[in-house]
Amino acid sequence: MSAVTLDDVTVELGGRPVVDGIDLEVAPGEWLALIGPNGGGKTTLLRAIARLVSFAGSIALEGRPTATMRRAELSRLLAVVPQEPSTPPWLTVGEYVLLGRTPHLGALAKEGRRDREAAARALARLDLLAYGDRLLGTLSGGEKQRAVVARALAQEARIVLLDEPTAALDIGHQQQALDLLDVLRAESGLTLVSAMHDLTLAAQYADRMVLLDRGRVVADGFPRDVLTEEAIARHYGAAADIVSIDGRIAVVPRRSLVRNT
Amino acid sequence: METAAARVAYVRPRGLTPLWAGAAVAFLVGALVIGVLVGPIDLGLGPILESVAARLHVPGVSSSLSPTDNAILWEIRMPRVVLGALVGGMLALSGATYQGVFRNPLADPYLLGVAAGAGLGATLAIAYLPEGLRGQQALPVAAFLGGGAAVVLTYSVGRSASRGRDAVTLVLAGVTVASFFTALQTFVQQENADTLQQVYTWILGSIPSSGWSDVVLILPYVTLASAVILAHRRVVDVLSLGDDEARSLGVDVRRVRLVLVVAATVGTAAAVAVCGLIGFVGIIVPHAIRMLAGTGYRALLPLSVVAGAGFLVLADVIARTALAPAEIPLGIVTAFFGAPFFALVLRTTRGGAA
Repeated sequence: MSAVTLDDVTVELGGRPVVDGIDLEVAPGEWLALIGPNGGGKTTLLRAIARLVSFAGSIALEGRPTATMRRAELSRLLAVVPQEPSTPPWLTVGEYVLLGRTPHLGALAKEGRRDREAAARALARLDLLAYGDRLLGTLSGGEKQRAVVARALAQEARIVLLDEPTAALDIGHQQQALDLLDVLRAESGLTLVSAMHDLTLAAQYADRMVLLDRGRVVADGFPRDVLTEEAIARHYGAAADIVSIDGRIAVVPRRSLVRNT
Repeated sequence: METAAARVAYVRPRGLTPLWAGAAVAFLVGALVIGVLVGPIDLGLGPILESVAARLHVPGVSSSLSPTDNAILWEIRMPRVVLGALVGGMLALSGATYQGVFRNPLADPYLLGVAAGAGLGATLAIAYLPEGLRGQQALPVAAFLGGGAAVVLTYSVGRSASRGRDAVTLVLAGVTVASFFTALQTFVQQENADTLQQVYTWILGSIPSSGWSDVVLILPYVTLASAVILAHRRVVDVLSLGDDEARSLGVDVRRVRLVLVVAATVGTAAAVAVCGLIGFVGIIVPHAIRMLAGTGYRALLPLSVVAGAGFLVLADVIARTALAPAEIPLGIVTAFFGAPFFALVLRTTRGGAA
């Protein structure tokens, strides 16, 4: 059974379809990268999957339609790492990661031992155990990002949506973060759906790429099949060469003095 | 390799640490003692303690106070101090709650217009309700309706102006709503000058020395509102991450926010119904706690209740004594300290969201 199934999903914002009749299946354990130009519909599609925006059509997680799930039930299946997570500076890393246990708790309940263990496991996986009592306000950008991922892991959801997980990181931390996600995916059998702007990085890590333009799927397949010079020119309006180094694909922008439209 | 048990030790919500809980309780107890001690007639700490012990039926202790002094203690000072504590705790808790659910460090029952709305509601009730319905019980209800209307209005005006992201816009909307409701309130008051002589003093904010009846009147509302809010204290931390993140963590944001705003507004309305408009308690107390203890809402909310209670009792002591035998309206005292404090918070906030 697919981890995520989208059937004719449309999202209208301000009377304009931002996501336009998308059908998509994501296999369990797969890492799917959503790529495409700004305004292509990547973030909105992620928000629809997480039921953060209303949509037409149907979305199912592990075969069950999200529309009929309770919020907490949905959140036990699916975690979200937002592009700009809010990290209240007065919370400790431990407290913040424990917030990931919310869907497992009753409305007014406190965290129990199981929750603290789940949070500790998540911290340990992200090498943050020693940071448990540090305030979020004292962390660097890369450490904060790890805390956010730890919170998503503490949620113990099998599907994780990531919106531009590396946007705020330097190249070293980008690589670390994505390597880590890859390891977590392998160890825990997570299904990852990530929106990414960096095509070269996306091609390195994702099994599969879906190119969205104006709310529609315009290409879907292995990174090397989706990332073509022609597709990048047409959908991004960019001139770039696609080069392959030992089977790894890189997108290399070409500087043009005269811009032809 | 660490054991799971060792790992778990790293992960704990600080919650209420004994240090800060103890400090807050000590502050409240100190404030209560000062509140009961200070007054035109010197009762003395010893005799007061004896009288309290006698009331508690401690064997072998009898009050050494004269019947008049006993009456001053039990019918004037005690109820006033207790009422001040209830109102202060409630206003501070409501302020912290509004700050959490609106993700706005500048939210306060006074600045959001809730207090002005509640004042209008209560004034309308006094002026227009038929004699039979005008009993005290109608006041908190009318105040709640006015306060509820104000918070809805403020929130929608603020949202339409800035999509609710800008902390300062919400406060501007609140000030607008408050001015409008205050204008209406003043109009009603002038029109009914004969029946509303006492409204003017009440609206400036003061703790009435009217025995225990006001305490009894607001106790159920304050207890219920505080219990609801404190039961949600962990969820307020989740809400403080923003709507989307709270939703993706499984919280029914709309329902929880509604419950919390209603509770904070009920509590504020009850406080306004007996004490008028007392501003800035909801700003001063939670922010002072944040500065000192640097803590999430889980601990901030209970600490706000306790410290807010102590704060208003002390403010009332100043209101009673600064120009004795005259009284300064309590709302003036809290504004005197609150406005500069607000400026400080505004400076550190720079209009961003909490």
